[in-house]
Amino acid sequence: MIIHHPLLGPRDAQEFTYLGDASLIDRPDWQAEHAVDRFHDYLYLRDNPAGEHRELWFHEVGDRSWLVVTRNTLTHEITSVELARDVARSRGRSK
Amino acid sequence: MTQSNRLEGGQIDRSRSFDFTFDGKRFKGHPGDTLASALMANGVRLMGRSFKYHRPRGVLSAGSEEPNALVELRSGARQEPNTRATTAELFDGLEAKSQNRWPSLRFDAMAINDRFSNFLTAGFYYKTFMWPAAFWEKLYEPMIRKAAGLGSLSLQDDPDAYDKGFLHCDLLIVGGGPSGLAAALTAGRAGARVILADEDFAFGGRLNAETFTLGDASGPDWVAATVEELRSLPNVRCMSRTTVIGGFDHGIHGAVERVSDHLATPAPGKPRQILWRIYARRTLLCAGAIERPIAFANNDRPGIMLGGAMRAYANRWAATPAQKVAVFTNNDDGHRTAIDLIAKGVRVAAVIDVRADAPRLADCELLAGAQVIDTDGRLGLNFIKLRLADGSERTIECGALGVSGGWNPNVHLTCHQRGRPVWNEAIAAFVPGTLPQGQSVAGAATGDFSTYAVLRSGTDQAVVALSDIGLEAKAIDLPQAEDAPVNLTPFWHVAEGKGRAWLDQQNDVTVKDVKLAHQENFRSVEHLKRYTTLGMATDQGKTSNMGGLAIMAELAGKTIPGVGTTIFRPPYTPVAMGTLGGRSRGQHFHPVRETPSHKWAKEQGAVFIETGNWLRAQWFPRPGETTWRESVDREVRAVRGSVGVCDVTTLGKIDVQGTDAAEFLNRIYANAFAKLPVGKTRYGLMLREDGIAMDDGTTARLAEDHFVMTTTTANAVTVYRHMEFARQCLWPDMDVQLISTTEAWAQYAVAGPNSRKLLQRIVDPEFDISNEGFPFMACGEITVCGGLRARLFRISFSGELAFEIAVPTRYGDALIRRIMAAGEEFAVVPYGTEALGVMRIEKGHAAGNELNGTTTALNLGMGRMVSKKKDAIGSTLSEREGLNQEDALALVGFRPKVAEEKVTAGGHLMTTTGPVDAAHDQGYVTSAAYSPILESYIGIGFLKRGAERMGETLRLVSPLTGTDTEVEVVSAHFVDPEGDRLRA
Amino acid sequence: MHDMIALTALGAASAQVDTFDGLRIAECPYWALASLATRSGHGAEIADAAQTFLGAPLPGVGLCADAVPFHAFWTGPDRWMIEAPHDSHEDLAARLKAAVGDAGSVTEQTDGWVRFDATGARCHDVLERLCNADTRRMNPGTVTQSRIEHLGCFLICRASEHFSLYGPRSSAHSLHHALVTAATSAL
Repeated sequence: MIIHHPLLGPRDAQEFTYLGDASLIDRPDWQAEHAVDRFHDYLYLRDNPAGEHRELWFHEVGDRSWLVVTRNTLTHEITSVELARDVARSRGRSK
Repeated sequence: MTQSNRLEGGQIDRSRSFDFTFDGKRFKGHPGDTLASALMANGVRLMGRSFKYHRPRGVLSAGSEEPNALVELRSGARQEPNTRATTAELFDGLEAKSQNRWPSLRFDAMAINDRFSNFLTAGFYYKTFMWPAAFWEKLYEPMIRKAAGLGSLSLQDDPDAYDKGFLHCDLLIVGGGPSGLAAALTAGRAGARVILADEDFAFGGRLNAETFTLGDASGPDWVAATVEELRSLPNVRCMSRTTVIGGFDHGIHGAVERVSDHLATPAPGKPRQILWRIYARRTLLCAGAIERPIAFANNDRPGIMLGGAMRAYANRWAATPAQKVAVFTNNDDGHRTAIDLIAKGVRVAAVIDVRADAPRLADCELLAGAQVIDTDGRLGLNFIKLRLADGSERTIECGALGVSGGWNPNVHLTCHQRGRPVWNEAIAAFVPGTLPQGQSVAGAATGDFSTYAVLRSGTDQAVVALSDIGLEAKAIDLPQAEDAPVNLTPFWHVAEGKGRAWLDQQNDVTVKDVKLAHQENFRSVEHLKRYTTLGMATDQGKTSNMGGLAIMAELAGKTIPGVGTTIFRPPYTPVAMGTLGGRSRGQHFHPVRETPSHKWAKEQGAVFIETGNWLRAQWFPRPGETTWRESVDREVRAVRGSVGVCDVTTLGKIDVQGTDAAEFLNRIYANAFAKLPVGKTRYGLMLREDGIAMDDGTTARLAEDHFVMTTTTANAVTVYRHMEFARQCLWPDMDVQLISTTEAWAQYAVAGPNSRKLLQRIVDPEFDISNEGFPFMACGEITVCGGLRARLFRISFSGELAFEIAVPTRYGDALIRRIMAAGEEFAVVPYGTEALGVMRIEKGHAAGNELNGTTTALNLGMGRMVSKKKDAIGSTLSEREGLNQEDALALVGFRPKVAEEKVTAGGHLMTTTGPVDAAHDQGYVTSAAYSPILESYIGIGFLKRGAERMGETLRLVSPLTGTDTEVEVVSAHFVDPEGDRLRA
Repeated sequence: MHDMIALTALGAASAQVDTFDGLRIAECPYWALASLATRSGHGAEIADAAQTFLGAPLPGVGLCADAVPFHAFWTGPDRWMIEAPHDSHEDLAARLKAAVGDAGSVTEQTDGWVRFDATGARCHDVLERLCNADTRRMNPGTVTQSRIEHLGCFLICRASEHFSLYGPRSSAHSLHHALVTAATSAL
């Protein structure tokens, strides 16, 4: 597969390390009520879509950027690639 | 033997001769020959024995689709089984052997199988060898493998090398026949970056095999001129002997280039083959078409071959399988074989055409509406028996029969990403259906078979493909060329006849086998394939699948597309394992990492061990030491008695900076880090988010905003990645920057009661490293040896007074020599990973064996370190009920009840009275060693409620190693439990 | 001044050079390296400080900047590597840190890497056996990362037939072996 890195352009997927569902960005608040349950769901409950999937890839042999790649799991078509840092900020993550 | 079946003309170099042998017999051929064409020219029709029945077989095709003529090439370590004689390029001294026969090709004792063919039908193995189950592995399978099978392996290491490489292009053209050449010329002239790949050693495809003219030029002359122009263009890469084996996502293709297969041995340092990874913006498939046979009784005798192959041998290689031949066809193209062979002076007895209205195209007898119903001849064709249109029988004498059932477009590469071909009624064949992104098809692969049509689509499709990526190209002017339409009546097998009618000659699958599969309800194409083995093995049914489908369709009362096709998967043709491995084998399987003291350690005669990619000194034997234990015991005693030095560069080091660096580490580590003072080091435990221990190490604070973290050797990469995840994905606004410095610094542990005294001779005098000036866990940037910048950490893995000292790696060799010289007075010893391991077990320090991906901080005895007052990765889920059970495992030590007895890691702990089984498991031992200090074996491991069970006797059991030892539960801190030594 | 003798990454006192028909592979140990990373919110300051220190602006994505005696190349978002002669700039990291102050994080990288320079008309024929970078289309003054012999490396195009390759120093022998093997194979 070729991943179109937002900064570096087309790069072979072999340069990347795969992590999984991009929802791993949404780490719960440790002080929230029922934090253990929330962390449990965060860590273990995943969708397994046949189709569009947002997932985390790390450009390990590259610029070390974490990316959020939107990939169709049936066709491998990649429709969007974003810097995970930008996605994290847009989802309200900060410090 | 003379080349009795060599004709005039052809594209062979008659000015030179090659000597070669087949089954030990000497023959001559010419440059330009394949093994098959040279054998044929020498009058050899019999080239192999079939897989199951050991039937005599000859060549069927003239290309990589060949199912029959498989031979062993070369000898000794280079012996290569299952090589297709039809693609093996002849070279001087080539040695070939037939395979799957004993004692000889002409007399094969295993041909007795053929007499039992009634029993050996489809599904025979499945039905017969089912019982008793234990017999399968020991008896049935070895027996079957011996009897049935193809070539044999040399069982020696392959002496040749294989490369890998990477290529980039705007347009990859797969196939260098007329359409591929027209496309390459179009794209090449437009300045696009083009790769033209063809599996053959000569470009031209069918133009080499036919007698067509293009404009005023002969086919081969047009090819030569075109290739010459292409080679003159710097933007075009012409790759012959290169098979595109697969098309993968987003324009990535695999291709195998056979660099040296046409040489007896590769030139020194040169590869045998190269596996290319091609990145193509657009791909044009110009793979042509493959002819299909017609099945009839005893259609497998040597001499019976595809019609197109027969004329390819005559036209390109000037060889004929016999002096008198016949042709059996259902289409006009088959008649070309007769025309061309007559032109070459071969007698054509007749053209047998199943069509009652067949046109008379060749200057020989035409038997329209006739069928071949049987054949005869031992080890080769002598007679064919026909049923004529009027119902009468006739026998014709001939040594070869060219069979044509029509042509199948080569759609394989369109299907590698699950594309499905579609049925084309006009040519009764599958043509490309939905195409992968970026791929288009031209030429005969689309189902357009005339020369003009394939040139036209080649140039036109190249223009379209390039315009897709914003490149402008112009169609080339096409020469005048043959433009005959396809004229064909689908015909798959002759119904009449007593003998077996072969569909898949490689796997010995007959029409009857397909009927049996249908009768036994294995009707889906995928079941048909697995039940009968139709379409398996080296040729993947390139000449047989369609026949099988057609017969299944007949039986099921469906259309052929209604039955469907099996999925084509890469590789297009077989690929040697060595090619996939490339250079990554033996000692080059992975790169090696050497420590800064490597050169010095080698001089000392160190024994090395691979830990990950690192080569580390395991111990340093001294003269007179006969076992590793002697060396290791000595090293441990020397460290605890005086001083030793060990290269610890391999530990991962991550430089952490930024105004939020302290808070960042506070969240990465489960224990508190925010308040670590500058100039101090602290042990840190890192958890995974699920609460399981991930890694540990010490982290030093060099400045308010500057830390140096160490990780275990094994986890350096994963921890760095994990921290980047935390930094970019979890806390994107934290001001923290990370970079690895693992190998930038040569780091040595100097350990033992005399370590300070030794280091005082190395560290520049302005730096106070006394216990007061540089206490336990201190760190700092210093200079050594008269001004060299260095870092010093007072940390200890051995439990002794110890330091770790680091200098820039290029000075690492000088520093170890300086340390050894400075320590001479204290009898300093170098120590390796074994002594390091013994000492850490003596201290009960956890390492990889304990941080094994299943253990928590609580298990490791560090439960209280997990801070509840802050957010850290893993801290929340470490509070899960399941991880905090009352009988949780706890890290403890073990000593054998009988001093001499050994404690082995991996054994499980059982009570002395209870049963020994998994249900009563008490825990397990993770690390064990002989302690020269305690003069006893010791171990550490995990025991349920371990902390409460000091003094209890348990059984350490390992059925795997036959261990059953009584051990006593003790503290894991065997040596200096109070830690006085390391604070000295 | 200390009297410690430095070894090259290949474990010798002087640099290794291998020549082939159309290619020269030279180990280049005479360079100091320091990494520079922007601290949050200090982009403008780091740009100014670097410009003053280097005499050239920090290069953009995939680019290099040359300003004798310095060479800078982009390594990631808000990250660069600065290169200078080792003889005169062994303390490059300290000098760079002094120049950028709290606006940037600086880490000594000199001995984290081994540099090999591949020079000559046939360099592309060898590089295509080693890595997936499209070196024929790389412009002078650009940099990319690629995997060579399973190792993450920087590939700097200094001129159309001159590439510098930075790989992990501890694997210098493996990397050198790969380069020489590929050159022997391809040339």
